[in-house]
Parts: sequence; structure tokens; C-alpha cells
Amino acid sequence: MPGTGPMEGMRVYNMKLGMWVFLLSEVMFFSGLIGSYIVLRFASPEQWAEPNVVLNVPLTGLNTFILICSSVTMVKAFAAIEHGDQAGLKKWLVGTILLGSTFLSIQVYEYIKLIHEGFVPMAARYAAEGGPLYGSTFYTMTGFHGTHVTIGVLCLIFTAIKAFRGKYSKDNYAGVEVIGLYWHFVDLVWIILFTIVYLI
Amino acid sequence: MSTATAASPLRRDFQHWADPTHPDDRPFIRKYIFSTDHKVIGSQFLILSVFFLFVGGALAMMMRWQLGFPGQAMPGGGVLADTQAAQGILLPEFYNALVTMHGTIMIFFAIMPLLVGVFGNWLIPLQVGASDMAFPRLNMLSFWSAVPAGLIMLSTFFVTGGAAAAGWTAYAPLSAVPEYSGVYWGQKLWCISLVILGFSSLMGAVNYITTIVNMRAPGMTWMRLPLPIWALLTTSVLILLAIPVLAGALILLLFDQLIGTTFFLPETGGQPLLWQHLFWYFGHPEVYILILPAFGIVSEVLANGSRKPVFGYTFMVAAIGAIAFLGWIVWGHHMFQSGMNPMLGASFMVTTMLIAVPTAIKVFNWLGTLWRGDLHFHVPMLNALAFVSTFVVGGLSGVFMASTPVDIYIHDTYFIVAHIHYVLFGGSLFAIFAGVTFWFPKFFGRMMNSTLGYIHFAMTYVFFNLTFFPMHNLGLGGMMRRLYDPNQYEFLQPLQPMNTFITISAFLLGVGQLVFLGNFVWSIFRGKKAPPNPWRANTLEWTLPSPPPHGNFQSMPVVHRGPYEYSAPGAPDDFWPQDAAPGEPSQPRHEPAEALS
Repeated sequence: MPGTGPMEGMRVYNMKLGMWVFLLSEVMFFSGLIGSYIVLRFASPEQWAEPNVVLNVPLTGLNTFILICSSVTMVKAFAAIEHGDQAGLKKWLVGTILLGSTFLSIQVYEYIKLIHEGFVPMAARYAAEGGPLYGSTFYTMTGFHGTHVTIGVLCLIFTAIKAFRGKYSKDNYAGVEVIGLYWHFVDLVWIILFTIVYLI
Repeated sequence: MSTATAASPLRRDFQHWADPTHPDDRPFIRKYIFSTDHKVIGSQFLILSVFFLFVGGALAMMMRWQLGFPGQAMPGGGVLADTQAAQGILLPEFYNALVTMHGTIMIFFAIMPLLVGVFGNWLIPLQVGASDMAFPRLNMLSFWSAVPAGLIMLSTFFVTGGAAAAGWTAYAPLSAVPEYSGVYWGQKLWCISLVILGFSSLMGAVNYITTIVNMRAPGMTWMRLPLPIWALLTTSVLILLAIPVLAGALILLLFDQLIGTTFFLPETGGQPLLWQHLFWYFGHPEVYILILPAFGIVSEVLANGSRKPVFGYTFMVAAIGAIAFLGWIVWGHHMFQSGMNPMLGASFMVTTMLIAVPTAIKVFNWLGTLWRGDLHFHVPMLNALAFVSTFVVGGLSGVFMASTPVDIYIHDTYFIVAHIHYVLFGGSLFAIFAGVTFWFPKFFGRMMNSTLGYIHFAMTYVFFNLTFFPMHNLGLGGMMRRLYDPNQYEFLQPLQPMNTFITISAFLLGVGQLVFLGNFVWSIFRGKKAPPNPWRANTLEWTLPSPPPHGNFQSMPVVHRGPYEYSAPGAPDDFWPQDAAPGEPSQPRHEPAEALS
């Protein structure tokens, strides 16, 4: 009698459940940072410049669009392998990687430009419009987001390599699905960050 | 066999059951060092935590020397550096480091890994009926990332400026500015160490939650789960949601220390209070992380020792959930003295008092479990009983602290220290002793020596109370926490004899722990070989050999009843394993059940 019957549990396989659970913890991490930002900004609003004075809203708006597009390509990659379309999987994964890398490159370019203009995290050397809290919160939030994007791109490269080696199929696409979940999460966090850091 | 539901529909059956025909030919390093086997990882966490438990204890002994015999050279004090002691007399700066590191090490490197790392790993796959955790390699990474975190923490004693010295709570700006604390690298490494440990805990939490939700054997419904599993599931959710907030706070603090940001420094708009809120938003769920698994272990041991079901199982589960939920909305009770609006203080007071209700339900249910039971006072049972008595004392002192007007007088005094130790030592640690002595036979294949177990229990219980109960009086008398020299205040000088008494009791308490350590080490090598089910218990791990083979079960078990069918009416024996088929209670599986010692 032992060994018969399915296990108790949710109709979600382990890797997917694990990724959702992990993403919950990431929500708490970013909430801590964003919550701190809100508290600091409400208490010292004079330290923040108006939108688009220090930060480049149009360029970052374009960057946001690029990241959203990368989520679309990610969805298409997953849809492809769900139907067993190996060529589609490879194509759309590569597209996601390229778009994600473009996002990161534009961010790095922005960072370098801002630092040259005196918009830095350290209070003692802050020289741009507003006050030091503006710089420290900006770099902390976008920096950690950027780190998560970088890790995501590295994982996508790993996934793409596996895809090119033919490791995924119509019956074996868990790896693609879970990196997709992570990628969408990273995109969602960016939309929130873009709104509160750049637009407000 | 079917993999249907919870297994990935996209992969083969992923559980690797035990195969007695296949020899275990893994090399030593894969079997015992870099192992993915949850039982080995649990034992590795045990070795790590016991090591840090004794380090933390040694730090406490040094503090007690200073408080009990101020101005006298400490035996062995000659080995300390000039920055730590002058002719064997501890320096105040070093005392601050001792206070900080004792708390940090005990909480993060002893109790948490013991309750969550050891018992989570040992119990979860076996008690839910799985071959291992959902993510065995992640599990291995979880342990092996705790090791460098611990080494970094220990290294802080040897860097310039010494170990972190801003309290385990690391309030800013003291913790953010080296000029204020005198500590340079120590405080930064403290933050880094805890961030790494946070990763370790988080990986564990993801693993535990996935395993418990998805890998329960057929018949192991939610309401048939042993209470340690409910406790560990809830604890894992708390870890999942609270540790990231701590990580964020530590990173902001690190940036203030390293990069020159001023999140917590008021001169340029930062807020010290922000640290307090972030830290305690994590810190309060943290204390429930430190006690909930203990609740689960105690329920298990008391039911076994009483040969009775846990009284009110459903309410026990609900109470665990209620405590975990309420634990998120009480954090301000650590900050009553921070200058908050009294209305806010009042609301935290109400929620804090509320949390006493589900906790009390659990206490009464433990009493109900014992009531008219066929009590067997084995070593685990005595430790579990000690837990109930001392935890209740700790909980009662908590009610005083919950009351904002009372807390005005007792905040930051030894009353709080008494409370902390009654719940963490009297509570968590006694539960750990109960759990280790209970499950040691299963995982090491040998019985611990029960005579030494009784001696350890007696010494610990007596000297624990003699050490920590008088601290209530010290606190009410006005003695502050983290205080190097109470005699500098005339009003505290009459308390010196009590401090000396506590110190002597603490030393004897420490000696008692050596009995446990000796028993533990000796029994691993020379203990009597353990049968599969020495305690005549019901949960699935007791149906396997001691220790269970790699892969645990030979095939997926099937569960037919709850875990607390002790003295079930109509059954011929006083226990009924969960997987025994209906109609064949307590059928011996491998060897005849042995009488309880």
C-alpha cells in the first residue's frame, strides 16, 4: 500500500512554488527600502529636487519601456517552449537578454553622468540640487534594483545556454517559467521605483 | 509511480527513496561534509550552533565576572589584549563588546540555527513523509553560508577597534559612527556577517515552506501534521518576511558606515528613529522565530511523555497562527521610551497584551495534555516541563513590560534581561534540550546517557532560576542594562551582593552545561545503540531505523491518522503510528518496541 496515490499539496510544482515564496521575501526587502525612502522624504522634503531637474526622466522613461518590452519577450519565450517551439524559445530568450542588458547599460551611463554632476550618495560630497538624502536614497534603491536585474540577466544567459543545448521541451520548461517569474517581478519593482523616484 | 499534482508535471519523479539493494558509495566528503542530505545538514547545524552556544556562554561568564567581582582580576584574564583588559580587569569598552556579542551570537548563531536549522532539517522531510527537502542543494548552501557568517562574526574580536559594541540592537547613530563607539571594522563586519546569515536563513525558509506545502505524503493532511511542522512552517513564513527588512536596515547602516550616506544621522536629515522602526519591525517577529519551534517541540514531547494526545490540537495550530500574525503589530513595545505619541504607545500596548491570549491558550493546552496522563518522566519530558514553568514566568514578566506606564520604569533595566532569559533560556533552550535528547537516538543511532541527562536537567533548572530570577529584583531596584560598573551609582551599591550571588549561580549553571556537552560527545561514540522507536512515538521518523538511511523511506509512506494517537481507545497499545494501516495499531516495524527508560 505505501507508494500509491499522489502527494498532498498544491498543484504547483516545487520550483515554481519556491520561486513565488522567494519573490515574497523580495517584496519585503524592497518594501523596507521604499518605506525608508518614504519616511525620509516626508520628513525632509526640501532635500528632493523637482522631477527632471537632476534626473533624466525622458531617457529613463525610454529605459522603462525597454524593460517592459523585455518582459514581453520573456512571455513569448515561455509561450514558445510551452508549445515545444525550440527556435522561438532561443530567439525570444536572446531578445530578453539584449533588452535587459540595454536597460543596464543605460542605467550605468546615467549613473556616470549623475556622479559627474555631483549627484552622489555620500553626504559630504553631495553637490547637486536638493540634499544628500536625495542622492543616497536614489542610488540605494535603483542600485539594488540594478543588482537584481544583473543577476536576472546572468540567470537568463544560463537559461539561454541550456536552451541552445536543447535541454528544454514541451514537458520540461520549469527553468524557463521560474526565471520568467523572477524577471517579471524585477520589471514590476522598476515600474514602482520609476514612479516614485523619477516622476513624483 | 504517479507524480501528478505536487511534483513537477514536467519532470520525472524527483524523490530518491532509500534503496537497500544499492550500496551508499558516496565519498566521505559528499556524505558528511558537502552533503545534500537533510539529516546530515541538521547535524552540521547542531555542531555549529552548540559551538556558538558555548562561545556565547563564555562571553556571558566574563560579563558576570565583572559584575560579580568588580575590580578583581579575572582568572585567565592575562590572555586578553591591552585593549580588552588591564591586568586581568575587563575594560569598559570591552565589556560593551561582550554584551553586544553575547546577544548577537546567542540569538543569531546559537538559538536560531538550533531551532530552525537543526530541527527544521531533522524533522520536516521525515515527519511529512518525504525523501529529502524540496531543494537539497539549496539546503547545503544554506548551511555552508552560515559558516562564513559565523567566522566573520568571530573575527571581529581580532580586528583593530575590537568587536561590535553597540548592543545586539545596534542603535544608530552609535552604530553608524566609529568616533562614537570606538569600533571601526568590528561594527561593519557585524553588519556583513548578519546579511550573509540572513541569506542562509532565507534559503532555509524557502526550502521548508515548499517542502511542507508540497511534499506531504498521501494522507498527511494539514490537520494531521505534527505540531513541530506547523511551528516550523509558521516560523519559516516569519523568517521569509522579516529577515529581508533586517537585511535592508543592515545595508542602510553599512552605507552610513562605509560610503558616507546619512540615513540614520540627523545632521543632514537622517533619522535615528528610522533604524529603530526598521530593526524592531524585524526584531519582534524575530523573537517569535526564536520561540515557535520550541512550542512545537514541547507539544510533541509532552504528548509522548503523557501517553496522551495534545489537548486541543486545532487551537494549538490556530494559536501558532495568531501569535505569528499578531507578532507583526507589536514592535513599538520595544520603543515605548523613544518619544512616541502616547496614543501610538497605547495601541502597541493593546496589541501586545492581546498576544498573551493565544500564548496562554497554548500553556493551558499543555497542562491539559499532562492532566491525568500516564506520565513518564524521561529526560526530554523533564526538559519540556521545565520549559512550561520557566516560559510562563517569562511570559508573565512580559505583561508588565507590555504596560506602557510600567515600562517607563523597567525599560533598559535588568527586569528586561530577566524576561529575555526566562523566555530564551528557560523557554527556547530548555525546549532545545528536550528536542535534542528526544531526537538524538534517531539521528545518531545511539541513546544519550540518561543519568547524565537527569544531572544536567537538575543543575540547569536550579542554577538557571538562581541566576535569572534575582534579575527581576535588580531591575526593579533600578539597575540598568549593559552597565559595566553599577557601583558608580550610590543607589545601586546595595545591590552588589545580589550581583555576586547571580555570578556564582551563573558559573555553576555553566558547569552544568559541560555535563550536557560531555554526555553529547560521549554518547555519539559510545552510547547504547538505539532502537527505531525508543520513546514509543507515532510520527513517521520513528518507523525508520536509527539513523534513517539516505532517502529515508523505501517508498512513499501513506498516513492514516493524526500524530497524537496515544492511548487511543480500543487500540491494544498506548501509541499508534501514523502510517500503521487501519486495524493494525502499533505493529512493530523492525524490532520489538522497547520499554521507555
